[in-house]
Amino acid sequence: MTLHSAKIGQPVSRIDGLAKVTGQARYAAEPHPAGMLYGFIVNSPIARGRIETIRDEAARAVPGVVEIMTHLNRPHSALFEKSYMDGLGVPGSPYRPLHDAEISFNGQPVAVVLAETFEAAREAAMLLEVDYERWPHNADFEASLHQKYMPSKTRSNYVPPKSRGNAAEAYALSPIKIEGRYHLAPEHHNPMEMHATTVIAEDDGTFTVWDKTQGPQAVQAYLTSALSLSKDQVRVRNPYVGGAFGSGLRAQHNVFLAALGAKMLKRSVRITLTRQQMFTHVFRPEAVMNIALGAQPDGTLQSMIVDGVTDTSRFEHNMENLVIWGLINYKCPNATADYKVAPRDTYTSSDMRAPGAATGVNLFEMAVDEMAYACNMDPLAFRLHNYSDIDAMHDMPLTSKALKEAMHEGAERFGWYNRPIAPKSMRDGKELIGWGMATGIWDAMFSPTSARATLIADGRLHIATAASDIGTGTYTILAQTASEAFGIPIEMIDIELGDSTLPECPTEGGSWTAASAGAAVWLACQSLREKLFKTLGKSGNISAWLTAGLSNNTTVLQDGFLQDKDADENLRLSLSEALSLTGQDRLEVEETAKPGLRGTISQMRKARFTHSAVFCEVRVDEELGIVRVTRLVNAVAAGRIMNPKTAASQVRGAMVMATGMALHEESLMDERVGRFMNHNFAEYHIPAHADIPDMDVLFVEEKDREVSPLGVKGVGEIGMCGTAAAIANAIFHATGQRHRSLPITPGN
Amino acid sequence: MTDVSVTSPCRLRINGEPCTIDIPPSVTLLDLLRERLDLTGTKKGCDHGQCGACTVLVNGKRVKSCLILAVSIPDAEVTTIEGLSRDGQMHPMQQAFLDQDAFQCGYCTPGQIMSAVALMEEGHVHTREEIREFMSGNLCRCGAYNGILDAIEQVIAQQQQDRAGEAA
Repeated sequence: MTLHSAKIGQPVSRIDGLAKVTGQARYAAEPHPAGMLYGFIVNSPIARGRIETIRDEAARAVPGVVEIMTHLNRPHSALFEKSYMDGLGVPGSPYRPLHDAEISFNGQPVAVVLAETFEAAREAAMLLEVDYERWPHNADFEASLHQKYMPSKTRSNYVPPKSRGNAAEAYALSPIKIEGRYHLAPEHHNPMEMHATTVIAEDDGTFTVWDKTQGPQAVQAYLTSALSLSKDQVRVRNPYVGGAFGSGLRAQHNVFLAALGAKMLKRSVRITLTRQQMFTHVFRPEAVMNIALGAQPDGTLQSMIVDGVTDTSRFEHNMENLVIWGLINYKCPNATADYKVAPRDTYTSSDMRAPGAATGVNLFEMAVDEMAYACNMDPLAFRLHNYSDIDAMHDMPLTSKALKEAMHEGAERFGWYNRPIAPKSMRDGKELIGWGMATGIWDAMFSPTSARATLIADGRLHIATAASDIGTGTYTILAQTASEAFGIPIEMIDIELGDSTLPECPTEGGSWTAASAGAAVWLACQSLREKLFKTLGKSGNISAWLTAGLSNNTTVLQDGFLQDKDADENLRLSLSEALSLTGQDRLEVEETAKPGLRGTISQMRKARFTHSAVFCEVRVDEELGIVRVTRLVNAVAAGRIMNPKTAASQVRGAMVMATGMALHEESLMDERVGRFMNHNFAEYHIPAHADIPDMDVLFVEEKDREVSPLGVKGVGEIGMCGTAAAIANAIFHATGQRHRSLPITPGN
Repeated sequence: MTDVSVTSPCRLRINGEPCTIDIPPSVTLLDLLRERLDLTGTKKGCDHGQCGACTVLVNGKRVKSCLILAVSIPDAEVTTIEGLSRDGQMHPMQQAFLDQDAFQCGYCTPGQIMSAVALMEEGHVHTREEIREFMSGNLCRCGAYNGILDAIEQVIAQQQQDRAGEAA
């Protein structure tokens, strides 16, 4: 079989797929070093207070228990708070596991049982007795709103809202007004793989840490700093990650505690959180947004006033870009927004897929739908009427915005143009039918990233970067990029990711990996080809056609062979032959893709976003109130699509999660104890097969040479933004009832 | 209090191979596979029978291995994802999952595949709606549901073709 180079843009099947469908892919809890201990975390049942006494006799008596680690006997870890700051941390005082007796949130680890077997560790954990001094707490979001504030030091990625015109006056003068309080319940990421760490205590005293993370280098930096270890003592690996959706952006307590136990006992340790414990750490913050819109009777927006709050813990200031999206995406002469955070006695809320925008865009797009109806306009026509070609908040041009095209193509595919405007006008037996739409917007980001490309003796190309593939298709798109950039079949490429020792790559997230790691691999492969040609040219023992070709620049590298584009195609040289002619057993380069001067200027002058238009059909049982989503179309404008197969899966996956946001997902707080009480899959429902219809994802052509070196914008988040609103808006169209709080359940 | 040091004999056939091991009675089939036999293809997603990631076949029927104590099914025939391929050849369902991009992170995938293989045997595959209903015990947070349905339908179509070929 002749092998051909794959190209960027082809629907290549996942190259990591074979390992995944055969069960060979190893995740964080799956290496099994000899003599490994199992750690089981004991959590605080109170939200605030201090540990008075720990009685561990019964727990220690369980056969197989080796140690019970608490704040009283833990080994040394760093003294200062700043040593616990992680790369993507937020301002404030980071939580330090087992640091002292103080309790700051329900579920806080108070001890780790380390035992020879999982069963012994779990048994002993249940027998540990801890007495607490209880202090008053508040875990109620509504009550915390009275204490809302703007942190004096903001998160590094926080974009402050910018006002224009006089929004209050314009609102007062607007003939058509809507005003509402919109709300999103807290949500938990709930990747199928629970957070887990296996620390392998190596013979040379170093630790190899298999962790469920989106950033192996960030975890490596955190562990060395927090545990006062030297940089070469810790290597972090995450070749396969069973989903994360943001829960693996920051180092979680399981990795710290497993490493602490390994340091204490000089033995390998594994800690896997239970599904219940997955509700004791990060979650998407609860949010409230007050939105007021004013318009002329012809549907021209006159004023937008947005005021939003998300929750945070008492010790850290988690912030989201919640209130800015409508101000950026809509033309409107007067607009203002305000944002605050509200503290409560829980763990710190955190980034979850499309942080800020998933909440802010969906809630704002629900208000836009209300405004369209107040103006008696079709919701799509209303959006086109108020369409902005620029970033209207910063008054900045955009590198591209094919949202209009997405709106038209999506509407066409859905059949939107036949829609009756009046709500409750379509029905099939007992079911009311509604059609709704919304638009989506998310950042298109590019971060400096390094990659290494190595040609090895058997002619294979080895690519390495410390990126993480959390199901995003990174292995595959990087192989496609290398295949096209170097001129080698994809079958002859090995991609190595998920290891802190590899060339520097930022933590995976925010949809920036495809653009950033892709650019780095492209650059490294081009540079390696040049190096190969140059080295061959100097070697002196190559055939005449190649000597001539190299000096005339007619030599090409194609499908894994060096050829002369002007000469007989039978004259060709395989890569292993070429490498042996250079006299070296490997050729290697490492390159870093950076925005550069031109890119930096572009980033200052132009804003960059991904856009989408989502169309939805729901059926609502009129008697029971049960909602079924029966059709979803999402037209996405995301620049160049590296792999339409994996990209469509990414968008569909986010649409599934957004369906959960609209209809199912809600972490319910028991305010009396400060704990999310529905901490399992039976009571926290994530969409199942039967909840999800066939979804149609289309990518709109959008050529953008400026947004990133390869013209890529990224597709990981955009499916979240707009989809939940489209569902909510369809429910209004079906029933005539407005719901301003997500999720919309039969109960409300 | 259960004494986790008391063990009982456990005798099974796993992927065609006999397996005899002394374990505490509280060890689930899932933990036996993952922690004592290094068969980590079967995944733990909740340990409560709510997510389906641990689905394996016991005597040909799909079960959630986290809800079964290993000592409670003496002499049972257990098939895990590792036992699905034969002689290095992928099972048609594994190939279909690859073709249809029926997974992303891959963590729920072994459970989805085992469940889908059993579903075919059960015969609940007449319509897409029926497949959806009977696959709903297997959660996928990446949201690969459309692809999983397409994969199952790919195998159904292949079987129908094969049968038509045999008939002709």
